[in-house]
Amino acid sequence: MNQEEQVKLMGLWGSPFSKRVEMVLKLKGIPYEYIEEDVYGNKSPMLLKYNPIHKKVPVLIHNGRSIAESLVIVEYIEDTWKTSHKILPQDPYERAMARFWAKYVDDKVMLAVRKACWGPESEREKEVKEAYEGLKCLEKELGDKLFFGGDTIGFVDIAADFIGYWIGIFQEASGVTIMTAEEFPTLQRWSEDFVGNNFIKEVLPP
Amino acid sequence: MAEKDQVKLLGIWASPFSRRVEMALKLKGIPYDYVEEILENKSPLLLALNPIHKKVPVLVHNGKTILESHVILEYIDETWPHNPILPQDPYERSKARFFAKLVDEQIMNVGFVSMARADEKGREVLAEQARELIMYLEKELVGKDYFGGKTVGFLDFVAGSLIPFCLERGWEGIGLEVITEEKFPEFKKWVKNLEKVEIVKDCVPPREKHVEHMNYMAERVRSS
Repeated sequence: MNQEEQVKLMGLWGSPFSKRVEMVLKLKGIPYEYIEEDVYGNKSPMLLKYNPIHKKVPVLIHNGRSIAESLVIVEYIEDTWKTSHKILPQDPYERAMARFWAKYVDDKVMLAVRKACWGPESEREKEVKEAYEGLKCLEKELGDKLFFGGDTIGFVDIAADFIGYWIGIFQEASGVTIMTAEEFPTLQRWSEDFVGNNFIKEVLPP
Repeated sequence: MAEKDQVKLLGIWASPFSRRVEMALKLKGIPYDYVEEILENKSPLLLALNPIHKKVPVLVHNGKTILESHVILEYIDETWPHNPILPQDPYERSKARFFAKLVDEQIMNVGFVSMARADEKGREVLAEQARELIMYLEKELVGKDYFGGKTVGFLDFVAGSLIPFCLERGWEGIGLEVITEEKFPEFKKWVKNLEKVEIVKDCVPPREKHVEHMNYMAERVRSS
């Protein structure tokens, strides 16, 4: 394999967005070179070159070209490496559902949780309610499936990595409680199975 | 494809999000029933089909409901593969998706906020931010007739429905010139190309009514 074909990932060790891409690369058995970026400190010339618009991670570099935005990268990986572990279902309607729920996690749930934990005190109650409702929707969607993707980890599970791992940390650090095992038994069970998966475990922060 | 494909689209005449779905359906020659929704008075059907967001567009295909305009566009492309909307090449697909996100998130936000501002200085600051973002699209258009290359595609529908046929009309209503010929020659050329495409022309809100509508919406926000 020549230099160009090699996959490089620019990421941040604590970022759920960055980890999404790593999880997919691991699940599909795609070797890659990882480059840690000091996003909050000194952005490297490489980052500014490969993601000039947003200057953020993750950025995937493959065949000399760069792709940004975590879920866009995940779809790129799925489109390019077609043989191994499938992240998206085959059926167009099932794919649409997966994309819808992934967007829901990103646009509604993650945002609300972040605002609830770190936003202004005045907005807290409203944001906690919003986050709670969002998580309830996901709880319902998961139902009695092992993962959102069915029997195997899929697109929505990857998008929801934040819930699997980071939400506990956020709650502890901010003192704001949104998701408890009692109120969300299904999501709780899911997050244990998710972080317990060998490939996922490998990429999670220490 | 089944003999009797039932396709229904719930939309709003002024919404760029439902208009872009209509463009895709027309491009592929898919017959559909259109249901016009009223923002202030959402139908029981809409509320039943989209209880989570209560928004348009909603596509119903043989009893299955699909939400979110980007998700709907990809669904249409995968279900009816002729006249493809997204490029075949994975990298080109990722670029189309990336820029569609830029349009609907950053550009849209800055655009709508600029119209909601009452003060001229505030508007101009936001207009400048919009210009910086639209410049990335300008660069993407170099050497192309459309974002899709020789024919219209995903990004043309997303950016077309939102920028020239929505935001620019809003800006016109408040007398703000954001996208100039001088700085955005490729963009202007692209809009002229779009205006000649039958399916785009058919799916664009009528201009005067739309400018008036955008003004009304912006005024409501400004006075609230």
